[in-house]
Amino acid sequence: MTNTSETSTDNAVENTHVRALNAFCGPVKSSIYRNQQRVIVPVEESFDALSMLKDRGFDLFIDVTCVDYLEYRKAKHRYGLVYLLASTMNAERLTIRTFVDDPKPTVASVVPLWEAANWLEREVWDLFGIHFTGHPDLRRLVMPEEFTAHPLRKDYPLQGRGERHNFPVITRDHS
Amino acid sequence: MAVTHSESPSLELPENVVVSRLDELASWCRKNSLWPMPFATACCGIELMATGAAKHDLSRFGAEVFRFSPRQCDLMIVAGRVVMKMLPVLQRIWQQMHEPKWCISMGACASTGGVFDTYAVVQGIDRFIPVDMYVPGCPPRPEQLIQAIIDLQDKIQEEGTIMGREFNTRQRQDKKRALVECPEPLTLDASRNPNLQRELSNSAINPN
Repeated sequence: MTNTSETSTDNAVENTHVRALNAFCGPVKSSIYRNQQRVIVPVEESFDALSMLKDRGFDLFIDVTCVDYLEYRKAKHRYGLVYLLASTMNAERLTIRTFVDDPKPTVASVVPLWEAANWLEREVWDLFGIHFTGHPDLRRLVMPEEFTAHPLRKDYPLQGRGERHNFPVITRDHS
Repeated sequence: MAVTHSESPSLELPENVVVSRLDELASWCRKNSLWPMPFATACCGIELMATGAAKHDLSRFGAEVFRFSPRQCDLMIVAGRVVMKMLPVLQRIWQQMHEPKWCISMGACASTGGVFDTYAVVQGIDRFIPVDMYVPGCPPRPEQLIQAIIDLQDKIQEEGTIMGREFNTRQRQDKKRALVECPEPLTLDASRNPNLQRELSNSAINPN
């Protein structure tokens, strides 16, 4: 079995970006999963770390998404944010993860670095309720504007809280 | 005993003349020229397109002119799930259609929400707009949709009126209410109600 699923390689990593991150924000936890490099950075330094990575050639912002670790075994934090970066120059990819917690999970917005993060962060705000400080226009993206909950959180009931019934009923007399 | 024709009150009709009511004539015209408004949001929309296409040929039933402007349509076919955010759009389009108009709820999702019993999906459009025909299926075959249109045509022929009285549900309910014995609002007018009079006089004697 050459397919090493989870290799915790705190020291043995040859990746220069991981070494740079190590020098930048202390010893970071990194691992390789199916030949993809993943690094966990502290949430306070996530913006500076991503800014440094952009200067190191990661010019393409693929995605930012969120995981809710509520009732997850061994989870120390409630939410995990996942940034997927790519470099079109060097054909490299890098996954940056960071963790935030209730109440008011907050992380710095990366819209100043990559304009592509604008709607992606709005989506994460809409569905998970993560605040992105410094975002130019943090409005809901997919749910209706008057919606109050963040429905992809694990403590939100699947069938909602009666939001589906708040519309006026049009009968034949109205139309 | 023979009855002569001169004594009969029946009218002599010339050849090729049919006597009918104006309501039935109007309904006959309406049912054979339905203009569908395709509100297709999901896979039912593909079956809806197949229904209008050459193989199933909805024009055999006079309903092939799909228009994408609600102003030109009189039959809304809601094909597919309707999400919460889409429902105001659906209601607006329904209100923009001219009378007389009908609505077919096509497929499980439009009728009941289907498998999508989640916070985002409306659990049946008939909670929010009037529906005339429901088509079961996931998605329904084009034959089923054609059957629904034929059934809707029968419905239009049977209960349609030229003034659209069949749509006036409030008037119908008022007619039912007219059967209630006391049409004006109830007032404590003791002079017209002997029972109340007796009760009031009792309570005047015995305040308990």
